[in-house]
Amino acid sequence: MTMTASQKLTQIRAELRTEEAEIVQDKMIINMGPSHPATHGTVKFVLTLDGETVDDVDITIGYLHRGFEKMAEAGTWQQVLPYTDRLNYVSPLINNVGYVGAVEKLWGVEITPRAKYIRMLISELSRMTDHLTSIAAGALELGGFTPFLYGVEAREALFPLVEELTGARLTTSYTRIGGLAKDLPDGYEAHMETALAHVDQLMVKVDKLLTKNRIFYDRMMHTGVLSQEDAISSGCTGVMLRCTGVDWDLRKHQPYLAYNELDFDVIVGSRGDNYDRYLCRLEELGQSIKMIRQIFKQMPGGPINVGDWRVCLPPKDAVYNSIEGMIAHFKLVTEGHQVPPGETYFAVEGGNGEVGFHIVSQGNGRPYRVKVRPPCFYAMGILKKLIVGHMLADIVPTFDTLNMIGGEVDR
Amino acid sequence: MHLVDNVLLNIVLMTLIKFAGFVLAFVMGVATVLTWAERKYSAVLQNRIGPNRANVGNVRAGGLLHMLADPIKMLTKEDFAPNTPNPILFRLAPLLAFVPALLVFAVVPFGPGDNFQVSNTSLGILFIFAIGSLNVYGSVIGAWASNNKWSLMGGLRISAQMISYEVAIGLSLCGIFMIYGSLDLQDIARRQGELLLGFIPAWGIVLQPVAFVLYLACAIAENKRAPFDVAEAESELTAGYWTEYSAMGFAMFALAEFVEVVLIGTVGTTLFLGGWTIPGLHGDAWWIVVLEIGAFIFKTLFLVWLQMTIRWTLPRFRYDQIMRLGWRILLPVALLNLLVTGIVLTFIERA
Repeated sequence: MTMTASQKLTQIRAELRTEEAEIVQDKMIINMGPSHPATHGTVKFVLTLDGETVDDVDITIGYLHRGFEKMAEAGTWQQVLPYTDRLNYVSPLINNVGYVGAVEKLWGVEITPRAKYIRMLISELSRMTDHLTSIAAGALELGGFTPFLYGVEAREALFPLVEELTGARLTTSYTRIGGLAKDLPDGYEAHMETALAHVDQLMVKVDKLLTKNRIFYDRMMHTGVLSQEDAISSGCTGVMLRCTGVDWDLRKHQPYLAYNELDFDVIVGSRGDNYDRYLCRLEELGQSIKMIRQIFKQMPGGPINVGDWRVCLPPKDAVYNSIEGMIAHFKLVTEGHQVPPGETYFAVEGGNGEVGFHIVSQGNGRPYRVKVRPPCFYAMGILKKLIVGHMLADIVPTFDTLNMIGGEVDR
Repeated sequence: MHLVDNVLLNIVLMTLIKFAGFVLAFVMGVATVLTWAERKYSAVLQNRIGPNRANVGNVRAGGLLHMLADPIKMLTKEDFAPNTPNPILFRLAPLLAFVPALLVFAVVPFGPGDNFQVSNTSLGILFIFAIGSLNVYGSVIGAWASNNKWSLMGGLRISAQMISYEVAIGLSLCGIFMIYGSLDLQDIARRQGELLLGFIPAWGIVLQPVAFVLYLACAIAENKRAPFDVAEAESELTAGYWTEYSAMGFAMFALAEFVEVVLIGTVGTTLFLGGWTIPGLHGDAWWIVVLEIGAFIFKTLFLVWLQMTIRWTLPRFRYDQIMRLGWRILLPVALLNLLVTGIVLTFIERA
C-alpha cells in the first residue's frame, strides 16, 4: 500500500523531530581544570555544556591537599605555625594570628596590648593583599590586564612591608604563642604610610578603570547571584555573606584582639552578585587603610610578649646568663608549650571570611588535633548553584569573586 | 603582439613591485614593529619595563631586537600538531587567516595616484569586504581541525561574531559611499581633501562621526581583539581557536591579527581621516607627495595607537553581550545613520 503525500510528510516530520531531539540532547562534557587559566589554585570543573550554557557542573577540590591537619599533630604547638602560612597563601599573617589566638584561648593567656595592636596591624595588611589579589585577578580574568597589574603593583607595595617585619613575603610565621617574633622595625610607620599612599593611588586607578566601566559592570552585575538563605545555610562568611546583605563581621560582632577599640564600618552589599562582592572588597580595602592609620595612632607601648616564660621564650639575655632562663628555654623548645587538656574553637575574620581553628589538647606539648575551618571550603559548596544555568563565561568572575584559595580549601 | 606583451609584463611587474613595496615592506614592517610596540606600549601603560632582554653583544636597543628574536624562536620551535583527523586543514588554517589579511591591502591607496596603490579598482571597498570576510575561514577551520573542545568553542564564537559584525560594518560604511558617491578608495580619499565652508576638511569623520565609531567598534570585533576577544578568551577557553597551534602556525595567526590592526588603520584613514590628503595642500610637487605619504602613515599609526589603547584598557565582553551589542545596538544605529544621511543628502540635492 502506497502512502499518501500527507502521510509521507507526517512521517518525515516525525523522523526530523526525533533527530532534532537527539541533537538537542547532545551536550558537550568538558574539563575545566585542574590546570586551566581561570582555576588559579587547582580545582576541576567537569562541565556539561548546552551550547554556551552550563547545564551541570561537577566541582572537584583536593588537588592541593598536603595533609596540613595531620602534619599539625606531629609537631609541638609552636611548630605548627609555619604550616599555617601555607593555608591561605595570599594572607598568611591572618592564619598566623588565628592559630596562636586559638592556642592562647585554650590556655587562657592574655597577650599584651601592644601585641594585640601589632596583630591587628598585620591582619589588616594581609586583608589588603588578599582583597587586592581578588580584585586584580578578577580584572585579569575579564580580560583587563592593565587593572590586574595595577592591583599586583599595589600588592608589591605591601609585600616589602611584610618582608621588613617578618623577613619573608609569604612564609611569615610571625606570631608566637603569647606574643610575636619581634617588634616593629624602626621607621615602620613612615614606610607604611608611603606604601598606603601608593596603594590608595593605584586603587583610584583600578576604580576608574573598572567600577563604572560598562563592560565590566555588565559582566559582574547580576551574575553569580547568591541568595541570603543560601549564603547562611551553606556557611558562607566574609565577603560572600556580606554581599548578600547580612551584616556579619567577626571583627565587629565577636571582637577579638582590640578590634572593639577601632572605628570602622562593616561593608554590606544587597544583591549578592559578583559586582557587590567586587565593591565590598574595594570598600574594605579603604576600611583597612583607615584602620591601619588608626592602629598606628593608638599603638600602645610596652612589651610584645607576655612575661611568663612558660608561654613565651625568655629573652636571650636571660637564657645565656641565668639558669632559670636557660631551663625555661630548653623546656619550651624540647617539650613544647604545656597547653592544658581541653578543646576550643577560635576564629578570626580572614580575607575570605571566618578562618577558624578548632584545637584539641591532651596536655603533652603537642596538638592532639588541629581542625581548620577555611572560609572558601563552605563557599565552594554553594558554587555549583551559582554556576549552573548561567553561561560558561560567567564561571570566571563568579569563581574569582568567591576567591577560592587552594591551600586553604584543600589544606 | 610585442606591444601587448610589453604592456602585460609592465602591469604584472609594476603590480609585483608595488605589492612588495607597500604590502610586504610597509605593512609587514609595521606589523612586525607592532609586535614590539604593543608589548612596549602596554608596559608603559602598566608601569612595567616591557621586553628588554634580547641582545646582540649587549646591544639591547630598547627591546627592539625582540622583533628578530621572536621569528627565530617561532621558526625553530617544535611545530606541534594534535592528533586530528584533518591534518591538512590544520596546516592550511593559519595561511587562510594570514593571506586574506595581506591581500586586502592591494586596493588601499598609500598616496596620491596609481603609483601608490597596488591595484586601482573602482570597487575598492567591496574588494576589502569580499577578501576581508574570508578571514573567518582561517580561524574557524583552524578551530575545527584542532580536534579540541576549547578550540571548537572558540570557533563557534568567532563564526557567530564575525558574521554578525560583517553586517554592521558594511552598513556603517554605506554612508561614506553615499556622501562621496564612489566605491573607489582613491576617489574617496581625493574627495576628502576638499574643504567644507572653506576651513573644515571634508573628512569622513567630520561628515560621518557615528559611522566612524561604528566602523572602529565593528572592525575591532572583526579582528577579534579585546574587548571583543571572546574567541580566544584565555581565562575561559584557555586560548580559544588557536589553543593547539604552536611555532609558526601560532605566529601566522598572531601576525594576521597585527596585519589586521594595520588594515583597520589604513582603511579607517582612507575612509574617515582623509586618506593621504592634507587639508589645504594640493599639487604634484615631489615634496607634497612625500608629505602626503607621511600624512597617511601618521594617520594610520594614530588609529593603530587608538586600537592598542582600547585593547589595554577595556575588559572583555561576554559572548552573548557581543551578539546583543552587534545586532541590537550597532546594527540599528548603522541603519539610522544611513537613513539620516540619506535624508540630509536628498535635502542638499534639492536645495
